[in-house]
Amino acid sequence: MRHLVSIADLNLDEATYLLDNAQELSRINEREVKKLPALTGKTVVNLFYENSTRTRISFEIAATRLSADLINFSASTSSLSKGESLKDTAQTLEALGADAIVVRHPMSGAAHQLAHRGWISSSIINAGDGAHEHPTQALLDALTIRQQLGAGSDLRGLRVLIVGDIRHSRVARSNVLLLKLLGASVEVAGPATLIPEGIDCMGASVSDSFDESLGRNPDVVMMLRVQRERMQGHFMPSEREYQQMWGLSRERLKRVRQDAMILHPGPMNRGFEISSEAADDPRSAVLQQVQNGVAVRMAVLHELLAGDKS
Amino acid sequence: MTVLKSVAILGGSPTDIVIEKDTIASIGPTTKPGVDCSGLVALPGLVDLHTHLRQPGFEASETVLSGSRSGAAGGYTALFAMANTMPVADTASVVEQVLDLGQRAGYVQVQPIGAVTKGLAGTELAALGSMARSKAGVRVFSDDGMCVYDPAIMLQALQFVKQIGGVLAQHAQEPRLTEGAQMNDSALATELGLTGWPSVAEESIIARDALLAEKTGARLHICHLTTAGAVDVVRWAKKRGIFITAEVTPHHLLLTEELVRSYDPIYKVNPPLRQVEDTVALQEALVDGTIDIVGTDHAPHSEEKKDCEWENAAFGMVGLENAASVVQQVMLDRGASWNDVARVLSSKPAEIGGLSNQGRLEVGAEANITLIDPSASREITRQSHSASTNNPFNGYTLPGQVVHTLFRGGFTVQDAKVVERD
Repeated sequence: MRHLVSIADLNLDEATYLLDNAQELSRINEREVKKLPALTGKTVVNLFYENSTRTRISFEIAATRLSADLINFSASTSSLSKGESLKDTAQTLEALGADAIVVRHPMSGAAHQLAHRGWISSSIINAGDGAHEHPTQALLDALTIRQQLGAGSDLRGLRVLIVGDIRHSRVARSNVLLLKLLGASVEVAGPATLIPEGIDCMGASVSDSFDESLGRNPDVVMMLRVQRERMQGHFMPSEREYQQMWGLSRERLKRVRQDAMILHPGPMNRGFEISSEAADDPRSAVLQQVQNGVAVRMAVLHELLAGDKS
Repeated sequence: MTVLKSVAILGGSPTDIVIEKDTIASIGPTTKPGVDCSGLVALPGLVDLHTHLRQPGFEASETVLSGSRSGAAGGYTALFAMANTMPVADTASVVEQVLDLGQRAGYVQVQPIGAVTKGLAGTELAALGSMARSKAGVRVFSDDGMCVYDPAIMLQALQFVKQIGGVLAQHAQEPRLTEGAQMNDSALATELGLTGWPSVAEESIIARDALLAEKTGARLHICHLTTAGAVDVVRWAKKRGIFITAEVTPHHLLLTEELVRSYDPIYKVNPPLRQVEDTVALQEALVDGTIDIVGTDHAPHSEEKKDCEWENAAFGMVGLENAASVVQQVMLDRGASWNDVARVLSSKPAEIGGLSNQGRLEVGAEANITLIDPSASREITRQSHSASTNNPFNGYTLPGQVVHTLFRGGFTVQDAKVVERD
């Protein structure tokens, strides 16, 4: 594997292999010395055109635990804010010796372009591009589900419900693709204005009611973060209406199966898309997701920088 | 005197064309010596109702001269220059400047299009009357790139244009339905995470404007149709007797949204590439006459405008040098004739644009002639006479080669090479 741009680039074996490795690497968290020498001498650059403290830190920890050198390059502190093109920035980073570039960008396709336009030859890891994909988030979600509910290496037979702003969510897209690949069935639910055209073609079924979806007893309820500013326009009449129809309230929490899981990619809007009761419920695996984020990113970095590149 | 020997006019039996100065003097066998054109099809010089020549203002992308040379290489003898320059062609002085640049370049007839609204802003009418009365004699008005979205402004513009005896060429794009739009609105747009440009944004404006044209009795031309639904609306309007004409671009006839998967902005264009069903509907409509003409929407952009993130990239593709090949492939494959090719690429656009000296290959007409070798097959590359290289057909193999272009009796292209002028 040379790049990780999209879940669509992975086949079942590759996805399973990454998850197996991540599972192994997650044990390092429990050790006294949380470091391996695997990527000594390799340079990883975090190229962030969008603020995202948690994703950036997660990659940072993953890279340093594998002994890679890590450089943070973010929009507010560099030439990125001076109008330098993506191509020039990438070529500069490569000239400085970057072996892998972890890129977060507000525009869909930016990671794909870095990997495939022929500008550079470094490995590219997509840390979220526009509304397109966020593959490491989907991998960490899958790992979290697997640890708790997975009978074998895949997620065959599990039912996952994703609720919220599907339209603008790269997390939803990557999750739909990966969960389907691993054999789960995926249902998405949200206001019609936030369900994008043709999401069913990606393999998800569409629900018009959170309550009806809960009645189908999903094994996993994944709540997406909702941008409040989208609630005052044509997407939704009001925050209140969103909360009533699509929030994981205390009442709805009672209807979530006792052995089900609640996931949220964070940061959470407590009291909005997810109630505090749900966020703090024993079924919520939000912190486990964060931990698994480091393990998944270690597995990806290791695979791209020390694995078989063919 | 120039004699074109053994030429197949509109694909007919070989004959000779004699040209005296800038006029076709005779058609028929002659013993006079001349240029051997056996195997070549003669069409009236091609006329593009939709070219962005970018001058004044964007000379890094194209100039009137480079665009004229590209046009000649593609077999064109007349180009209508769109108004979205800097400054916008919304006054007599700008259209006269463009006319003058065209005459000095001398490769094709450059006919300026005037803006409908000041600065293409859609809020106040531009100086339509003075552009019409200027030396440029503007008869085609368009805010292309922008839609004349305000229905009251559109109604008034149509009334004005009717009085002038012109035509309003609308870029049909409902702006509120296409905010931030990047590609066709579809399952693929969802997969790629790009904001969709829905068909209804095009179709609803065409329907509205057809009704406004009916009310005013004005002539309405719809630029670059892209959807099967738009074809239906135009068909309906024509049946109703509305004075409406429609255009399709070479790229919308052949290319589909699947190309966007690469995130290569060479495929970014407005309106966007659609689906196979749409290309089929457009091809059928071109052959059956529902769509009247092929306009290139030649939209050159300098390298850096395309070598960047998809969302940061400019919309548009160059098209002058492939158009005849695309039309040859699409129309002849569907059983149409060279007569039909000449209709959609020359006579009809000349008629819509009001150029009586173009679009006619007959004795007494101005000698604007395009000679094509239909049996040639050529690999399209980024090499071109345009100042820009944003050609989406790069790497495709297309039929047909423009061998000679004659503009007002003189060769602008000879033996497939653009003739250098002093």
